[in-house]
Amino acid sequence: MKLTVNGNDHDINVEDDMPLLWVLRDELGVTGVKYGCGIAQCGACTVHMDGVAVRSCQVAAASADGADVVTIEGLGTPDAMHVVQAAWVEHQVAQCGYCQSGQIMQAATLLDTNPDPSDEDIDLVMSGNLCRCGTYPRIRAAIKTAATNLKEA
Amino acid sequence: MGRVRTIARRSFLIGSAAVLGGVAFGTYLAVRPKDNPLADGLAEGEAAFNPFVKITIDTITLIVPHADKGQGVQSSQAALIAEELDVELDQVTLSFGKPSAAYYNTAFADEGVPFMSFDHSTAATTARRVAGGVVRAIGLQGTGGSTSMPDSFDKLRVAGAVARETLKQAAASKTGISVADLKTANGAVQLPDGTEIAYTDLAADAANIDPVERVTLREPSEWRLIGKPMQRTDIMAKSTGTLDYGIDLTVEGMVHAAVRTNPRRSAMNSYDAAAAKEMRGVAQIVEVTNGVAVISDNFWRANQAVNAIECDWADASYPADMDGHWATVDASFIPENLNTAWRADGDIDLGLGNNDVMSAEYRAPYVAHQPLEPIGAIIRIDKDGAEVWAGHQLPGFVCSMVAEIAGCEADKVIFHNQFMGGSFGHRLEFDNITQAAEIAVQMRGTPVKLTYSREEDFTHDFPRQIGMAKAQGFVKDGKVAGASLDIATPSAIGSQSGRSGFGVAGPDAQIVAGAWNMPYDIPDLRVRGYKVPELAPISSWRSVGASTAGFFAESFIDELIHAAGADQLEERLRMCNHDVHRKVLEAVGAMSNWGSDLGEGRGRGIAFVESFGVPVAEVIEVTMTDRGIKIDKVYVAADVGRVVDPINFENLVQGGVIWGLGHAMNSEITYTDGLADQTNFHAHEGMRMYQTPQIEVLGLENAEHIRGIGEPPVPPAAPALANAIFATTGQRLREMPFHNFIDFV
Repeated sequence: MKLTVNGNDHDINVEDDMPLLWVLRDELGVTGVKYGCGIAQCGACTVHMDGVAVRSCQVAAASADGADVVTIEGLGTPDAMHVVQAAWVEHQVAQCGYCQSGQIMQAATLLDTNPDPSDEDIDLVMSGNLCRCGTYPRIRAAIKTAATNLKEA
Repeated sequence: MGRVRTIARRSFLIGSAAVLGGVAFGTYLAVRPKDNPLADGLAEGEAAFNPFVKITIDTITLIVPHADKGQGVQSSQAALIAEELDVELDQVTLSFGKPSAAYYNTAFADEGVPFMSFDHSTAATTARRVAGGVVRAIGLQGTGGSTSMPDSFDKLRVAGAVARETLKQAAASKTGISVADLKTANGAVQLPDGTEIAYTDLAADAANIDPVERVTLREPSEWRLIGKPMQRTDIMAKSTGTLDYGIDLTVEGMVHAAVRTNPRRSAMNSYDAAAAKEMRGVAQIVEVTNGVAVISDNFWRANQAVNAIECDWADASYPADMDGHWATVDASFIPENLNTAWRADGDIDLGLGNNDVMSAEYRAPYVAHQPLEPIGAIIRIDKDGAEVWAGHQLPGFVCSMVAEIAGCEADKVIFHNQFMGGSFGHRLEFDNITQAAEIAVQMRGTPVKLTYSREEDFTHDFPRQIGMAKAQGFVKDGKVAGASLDIATPSAIGSQSGRSGFGVAGPDAQIVAGAWNMPYDIPDLRVRGYKVPELAPISSWRSVGASTAGFFAESFIDELIHAAGADQLEERLRMCNHDVHRKVLEAVGAMSNWGSDLGEGRGRGIAFVESFGVPVAEVIEVTMTDRGIKIDKVYVAADVGRVVDPINFENLVQGGVIWGLGHAMNSEITYTDGLADQTNFHAHEGMRMYQTPQIEVLGLENAEHIRGIGEPPVPPAAPALANAIFATTGQRLREMPFHNFIDFV
């Protein structure tokens, strides 16, 4: 299968049913994307596939053939953070941080489609992403800051 | 000028128990200083002043001995050293260090002694010192029990100060300038003429002089870092996907492993791996204790194959179904199981005999830890040693357990502790470590990366204890006058220490934690703990015993106050027996505007629990909607003596409340045919964002001693919610999870 990940092209030989999550983590060594549940219940594996947030544990390799995938590492880097990542740093959202890659990827898609989300919009879109540490109040605040900064940008 | 505190380096090394020095042989052992693990392997020109600070020609390394599960303790421990060392956190390298007895945690001892946290009598202090001495003698380095700050607060500041003063001494010898004329800042000694000598340039000189013996810690008014908002040192990496957790590491030549062991926690009778052997990528199939593992080149392939193995599992040693578990708990309120009567004020039997008695029974279920990073480990076992990469709260035990399997000495096991994707007590257990070692010893020289599937993790969690309380009490003249709380749970500490091989003697304070030490004067008050025989294997779950006993106690107090016709806050204030605690209650009352009218269909509840020495009061406001209960707002006041970082403090308190509420509302582990029914997050969610209320936090600093905040916000959350629901609907919830009895929006 062919796959573009964070701008790099790959040609990979894997089973058709291997989830994209494991293609990324164990075949390509892209580990910012996390394994949490394997059944689309936690959102830790969220990546952008052709511009849309997906749970990479539910995308079979065969259906990702030819796709353009962006992970947290491709969204922004410590030297050039995406506006959502910058808001996450500003609000010091993370505790253990393990879910935050997925939270940030989901939030970035939310703001792409809805630049001015209400509290209800945020709750609706973000409730698929579990945070066992309970950083939800800071996630809400960071999304609002990111929305404001996007408008001013 | 404030109080000047002088601490001799000797007493820093050997601690407050030095006052007992020489009294008895055991005490002598307890106060003997531990070797400095940094002294090994120092090159020419490198200086290690104490186990926490190492300076070389180009690097200042701070060792933070407590493991970071997400509580931000690497950052806050580093800040304690940096405060006195006069370095900025971006100038230093941080390390969890190598496991060492020098990093013993004496704050572990505080929870197990039968004295109220604010009891500083000779008897209480002596008991804590003796218990602390035991921990020191065995060199128990560990993270848990909200002890990181109490253990570190003086120790790490002294470590920073000793290093600073020694560097100044070295600079004085080098330049001929008096120490009194030298200043320090930004990792350098400053001379009167403005010249700076970097610490790294003084390392060689400092290595050749004895560390300065006496240092004076700075007054709070002089602090640059402590008490002010800090940027966590890991925040950038955790916001950009660039922090490697244990599960993300790759070691040269590594293979992937997945395991399946008996979910009934007993033996594997037989297995058939014929189908698995034929699957792509399967390199090897090996047996481990109670199960089997598959080695592959990719975790997904290993896991697919291990799930294709047909296993015949033996029966569980605990009851197959919940009826059997509850029956065992219910049958444990008998004299033979009496663990101890932890509190006996007045004469409760007489009081119960002479008054109209109200009775209630409460239940708390098993609940899973399930941090979002599944457990695992990378282990390579060589001919005469081993190397381990994993996140763990008890590094010394990891080394000794791997050594036993590898057949080598524990000091031949190199352990690299890792940032953890949560724990909540889960990473006090060792199955992942011993299984990875059992696999690795069968393929010596090859690093094995074991990862648990979420299903394997859920069905092999060591959940929070199940428990029941039988309560009786009475009221008189509009006041709470008598309460008897009998609490029965299996011992989480006993179950846990049985597996680690580290026995804990004496009664288990955790059975009644948060109840026996309720900060109330009630004329007749008795709290008894009953130890239930071990059922399903259990373990410490964020806030341990107080997560169950705190719910029982503050629910029943609420019922008594209601029966007395008194105000829930006013009556708690009237009964409160300690000034620091009273201020916490008053604060939460003021924050929440207690007594104001919330309007139709709305109500509030309060709960007040002390755990790990921290009094925490929570007020919860709810609305009864046509779709169920909606939690609107939570107010929290807590006194930890000293808030080191207000941002991290707020985040941890909010997270603790969410942890407490989410599990009380939505989560339980139940067993059918000996198997946990809940196998993934769809069946055990905790809290998601849509249920998360606004949470307002206030940290007070009236308490005499600094305490940790990781666990104390958890216990009041469940009873505060149940009490709010009662106040709003008249429905009293006496059993968790609440969603079995009432709907939530």
